[in-house]
Amino acid sequence: MNDHAAPRRPELVCPAGTPASLRTAVDAGADAVYCGLQNATNARNFPGLNFTPDELRRSVDYAHTRRAKVLLAVNTFPPAGQFQLWKDAIGIAASVGADAIIVADIGVACYAAREYPQLRLHLSVQAGASSPEAIRFYCEEFDVRRVVLPRILTVAEIADIHRQIPCEIEAFVFGNIGMMAEGRCSLTNYVTGVSTNMDGVCSPAAAVRYDEEADGTLTTRLGSFVIDRYGCGENGGYPTICKGRYSCAAQPEPYYAFEEPRSLNLSALLPDLMRAGVTALKIEGRQRSRAYVKSVVAAFRRAVDDIMAGRQAALTDLIALTEGHKETQGAFQSKSWR
Amino acid sequence: MLASPRASERSPDLPWPLPLLRFLPLLLQPILTLIGTQVAKAQPDVFARLGPHAQKSFVIDPTDLPFVLVLKPRPEAPALSAWRRGNAPHSHARIAGSFLNLFDLIDGALDGDALFFSRKLRVTGDTEAVVALRNALDDVDGGVVESITRAFGPLSGVASATVSHLRTLGGRGKNHE
Amino acid sequence: MRGAGNELTLGPNLFNWAPETWRDFYFRIADEAPLAVVYLGETICSKRVPLFRDHYAAVTERLRAAGKTVVHSTLGETASRVDRRLVSDVCGVTDDLVEANDSSATFHLRGRPHCIGPLMNVYNEETLRFLAGKGAQNICLPIELPFTSIGVLCAAARTENVTIEVQVFGRQSLALSARCYHARAHGRTKDTCLFVCENDPDGLVLSTLERKPFLVANGVQTLSYEYLNLAQEIPALKAAGVSRYRLSPHSCDMVQVATIFRGVLVGVLSAEETLASLQEMPLDAPFSNGFHHGRPGYGWTAPTGAVSH
Repeated sequence: MNDHAAPRRPELVCPAGTPASLRTAVDAGADAVYCGLQNATNARNFPGLNFTPDELRRSVDYAHTRRAKVLLAVNTFPPAGQFQLWKDAIGIAASVGADAIIVADIGVACYAAREYPQLRLHLSVQAGASSPEAIRFYCEEFDVRRVVLPRILTVAEIADIHRQIPCEIEAFVFGNIGMMAEGRCSLTNYVTGVSTNMDGVCSPAAAVRYDEEADGTLTTRLGSFVIDRYGCGENGGYPTICKGRYSCAAQPEPYYAFEEPRSLNLSALLPDLMRAGVTALKIEGRQRSRAYVKSVVAAFRRAVDDIMAGRQAALTDLIALTEGHKETQGAFQSKSWR
Repeated sequence: MLASPRASERSPDLPWPLPLLRFLPLLLQPILTLIGTQVAKAQPDVFARLGPHAQKSFVIDPTDLPFVLVLKPRPEAPALSAWRRGNAPHSHARIAGSFLNLFDLIDGALDGDALFFSRKLRVTGDTEAVVALRNALDDVDGGVVESITRAFGPLSGVASATVSHLRTLGGRGKNHE
Repeated sequence: MRGAGNELTLGPNLFNWAPETWRDFYFRIADEAPLAVVYLGETICSKRVPLFRDHYAAVTERLRAAGKTVVHSTLGETASRVDRRLVSDVCGVTDDLVEANDSSATFHLRGRPHCIGPLMNVYNEETLRFLAGKGAQNICLPIELPFTSIGVLCAAARTENVTIEVQVFGRQSLALSARCYHARAHGRTKDTCLFVCENDPDGLVLSTLERKPFLVANGVQTLSYEYLNLAQEIPALKAAGVSRYRLSPHSCDMVQVATIFRGVLVGVLSAEETLASLQEMPLDAPFSNGFHHGRPGYGWTAPTGAVSH
């Protein structure tokens, strides 16, 4: 692609945990909304979240009437003997007219490409395809049309990948920052017996405990392990293992061994990402509220519209919605993050 | 004689005794019952979303008010009741925060995670049940508060005015101290 | 090599050992350990490869001469140009089989015989069949698969003429990241790490705020603190159709570990005797087998079925 050409108008891909969130996202300016069914076939299999097949059908109608797309995440790894649930999910996606399914498992991709060749396939970040060869493998074998890149690459590396792959690139621009390579993390299962890859949960709420002392100290636990502790009034985060505080021989005082609780916000890098060949901008947060969806989608809608109109993007302050009330550009800005 | 906290926990359910708020339980309970019934009638999907957590009980604790609410979101007979703080029956989970923050949360104007990150919302007990409740309420079209105001029938004008006032107080989506 | 059955294997060394230590370890393995297959190569960090490259040919030769099958393992995570070149170079080997640990390796290996490593996600029959069709001959399953799924996969593998391998000893790989946690622990970054991971031959133990040992950092990899030990489960795995049993290298006496596991595999040692022998070894952490039983991975289910940890 010619780097000097005006950037193609990117698709703003927004999260929806419930039908009401989906309508909120569409109304706030989403070009596409991604969501999941109420079972282990998607990576946000949380209590009270997600769509029944009927809700999905009505939501697709709502979105299509307003020229927005609906992408169904079928992005977990079916354990042997339970594949039928994933086949059903793909069948539902096809029957309700979803615009694409987002897959991670080779078997799921293979099944979808074979049985529903007309259904557009996106490669989930859970597939962890972070090199041109890995991405081309999925494109050539399953006709994947878009890859969602892991949040471990710099903008320069994304541009490099863009030149070497035959499909579109979707990149995360806001939300939870995954420290571990998605689709390769068994930390939750190690502690709780429930698997991120197979069951679609990370730090399941059933295993989470918050204990607040009289002095306001808040201890967060996952299963039988303490993940973090916050002083009175200190901003907190989810008890996710990769954002906990630990000590080791090299750091006897507890420190964030993997990453501090903070969220990704790439609003300042949008023009760079678009120049690098990113054509879909993804907002994380299907587990978050409508209030979050509304604020974040509206902010990125304005920013993208400003950029396309040649204006300096007006970036709304989203810090209040971030984890730990801290933001980062993660890996995207420079290699020193690694 | 001063009652010990334990004794007061065992005392029978009493109306809130403060003179200024003497009318509160009298006024509150029918309204709360109406709210429960109305949400159940208008939003049956809420219970489907709650799944097994519909059989749990939740204490909602507006820390700046002299009472707490106990929610039992049973699909067949949802119950919302007001209790003196410390007298509330055993519950599976407790959600505590200032009244305006809780109002904005239920009204869909504030994000629960953001409130929690800033330590303005406290969650204890069955975290999974709280997550399910939050997600279920968040899916109510137009918000739970709209659904409730419609419940007041001829008085819905009064209810709407009250809600508008609260929203002004809350400053719509501001994260209150 | 297909369908040989009941073979003991040695997985790739996950840690950064001094080059001579690395060489001498494999020389001794070649000469003394009752192993059928040895996986060689760097699966964690491409920066470590130059450290042992000079000894690689000698080690390969010594293992082959001792009658061991050598398989070359590829990186678990491929992002940088150096990573990509390493994967492409290893996949260029034609004398031996190569084990793919991510899909950039399967990109190179499809269409010719190869192995699939435990860092590739083979969770179900559909994935297994697809990869078998691309030339996979042996598949080492992901560590978190419970026994129930292993049985189903073994059945599918038989019809595809693929052998199934399961890790039975050593710390388990729980996560990979682009960020180096060894470097971070020393206030450095991956680019400026100065190879601090060389100080921890079995990884760097991370403890919780309650000082409970929890996880182990190894460069970009996070491992379990506990050592996986499936000695007791081997009879059931054999019955299910698993044909290869993988030991993951540690700084302890791996010849002794291999000898003990060989004993249980050929039926000379009972599961209880095996366990007792392994418990006598000077390991720096307890055993676990939780994933196998569909429980939290760190947990330990004793032979009676009682859970203790």
